[in-house]
Amino acid sequence: MLRFTLRRILQIIPTVVVVALLIFVIFSVVPGTFAASLFADGKRAADPQMIARLNEEFGLNKPLMERFVTYVTDLAQFDLGTSFRTRQPVIDLIHDRMWASLKLAIAAMVFALVIGVPLGFLAAMRPGSVLDTVTMIGAVSGLSMPQFWLGLLMMYLFALQLNWLPSFGYGNGSFQNLILPAITLGVTPLALLARTTRAGVLDVLNADFIRTAHSKGMSEIKVVRWHVARNALVLIVTTVGLQFGSLIGQAVVIEKLFAWPGIGSLLVDSVAIRDIPVVQGTILVIVLWFLVINTAVDLIYAAIDPRIKQE
Amino acid sequence: MTAPLLDIRDLHLGVALGRSAHHPLLKGVTFQIMPGEAYGLVGESGSGKSVTSLAVMGLLKKPLAVSGGEILFKGQSLLALPKRQMRRLRGNRIAMIFQEPMTALNPLSTVGRQIAEMFVLHQGKSWGEAQKLAVEALRNVRVPHPDRRAKNYPHQMSGGLRQRVMIAMALACNPDLLIADEPTTALDVTVQAEVLRLIKELCAERGTAVLFISHDLGVIASICQRVGVMYAGCLVEENETRALFDTPRHDYTRGLLGALPRLGSRSQHGRQRLIDIDSIIADRSKLTETRFIAPRGAEGSKP
Repeated sequence: MLRFTLRRILQIIPTVVVVALLIFVIFSVVPGTFAASLFADGKRAADPQMIARLNEEFGLNKPLMERFVTYVTDLAQFDLGTSFRTRQPVIDLIHDRMWASLKLAIAAMVFALVIGVPLGFLAAMRPGSVLDTVTMIGAVSGLSMPQFWLGLLMMYLFALQLNWLPSFGYGNGSFQNLILPAITLGVTPLALLARTTRAGVLDVLNADFIRTAHSKGMSEIKVVRWHVARNALVLIVTTVGLQFGSLIGQAVVIEKLFAWPGIGSLLVDSVAIRDIPVVQGTILVIVLWFLVINTAVDLIYAAIDPRIKQE
Repeated sequence: MTAPLLDIRDLHLGVALGRSAHHPLLKGVTFQIMPGEAYGLVGESGSGKSVTSLAVMGLLKKPLAVSGGEILFKGQSLLALPKRQMRRLRGNRIAMIFQEPMTALNPLSTVGRQIAEMFVLHQGKSWGEAQKLAVEALRNVRVPHPDRRAKNYPHQMSGGLRQRVMIAMALACNPDLLIADEPTTALDVTVQAEVLRLIKELCAERGTAVLFISHDLGVIASICQRVGVMYAGCLVEENETRALFDTPRHDYTRGLLGALPRLGSRSQHGRQRLIDIDSIIADRSKLTETRFIAPRGAEGSKP
């Protein structure tokens, strides 16, 4: 198990290297520069002298290969560069925003797990029942609802009409400020979890070893606790892992909507003004987040299913 | 004469199609198993052997339902038994071994734990004690290194070993009746012989009656004292094993025996060609009409 864990963790490194290179290549071929977008106010052409000065300052006039070498050597020392706009180290900018993002993602996932998994489980235990039908209709609606629209509705109802919760902002990290964005963000993973849990449990219930369990004279509750739960967990863990990773991406919209100071809104703002070091750094962090989650999922698999360790 | 252990009387069973429609699978099956007796059920796929055994276990799944008849176990009607009491019998007094040793065990649980469940469920043992008993159960089915094997997961075992685990599990609580539904079909021939011998010996030792289901007459011949031949949901012939092989009374039984390249009985050594069983079934279609269609029509109108 230790060797398996170490191997899976070490596998992150080459992936990060390849992704970092890809990010550099992509951002050196996109059109538009920071300097040009900074001075372009739409009224007159930017002053070529100012542009030249800025390019000089950020080293953007150097040849591509040279910039590449700088980028790689900085990265090797965990230096993600300096923001064009704020002139702060990118790593500090990301550090400030990351905890807000993590908090939002975890809250959304907990919400989805606590409600989605039990609903899916119960629906699978009694297929065709009222609960099953209602859950599945709810899940389809949850999946097809645009998140920003749901967010607006929630704001309108709970902040504007009922005045129960603040409509936006971080509120210095208060729990009340977290509720609305977390629920909005959590609806999609909740719906997906309810559906996959139901499908997974139904699958396990039809397995031969469940018939064996019944033939031993077990009550339904014991069959579920001893034999269904662990087997259904494999599919649930997969879904949670995939959703957790993509939550950061989905959070871009929600963070903008609720003025949540997360990594998603940092990314959007930086793209708009071509603050390339911040964009590069943010994407790299998001990729790393994905990789960490994937590795965690693989390790959990191995802990659940003894067949995986053997490969 | 002693009372039968299992007494199945005129069992009707079918697929429920909607409110009143009903497609019959068993059309009045009747047979008895005495305590300690090994009884074989033979027949082709779809003849109703497995469904009969599932009905005894009370494990029929939804569209399948018993529509008539009686199943008596030690004189007690299993069909009328409340769920909770049926669960107490299942695994404890009536146990079952299934056909597929590959999928019949939980892949995420050690075999020791899966056997131990029996002792926890039916004898109120603690998990620690149950684990020790599970090792003993593995030793009884002659698994080498039972203490180490108990910690194995099913995927770490061969098909034969897994079937031994199934046998250990089924016999854990010394049941009165063991139902073995094609327990050796998925195994290769040498392993098949070992597993058969094991079932035969263990059940003889403990006085456990066996309901042995197979499509393989050779397997049945080696283990059972009496045989019932099933065809299209009916028990068409029943006899002592030797007598059935020597003088099959029913056309279908004759067909089954004739289709076998190798027989368990000496008197048939001078056989020539194998009989093609398809032609026999075709011949029997007229007979089927008079004997089987009539009760089916009557059955269909029942609620």
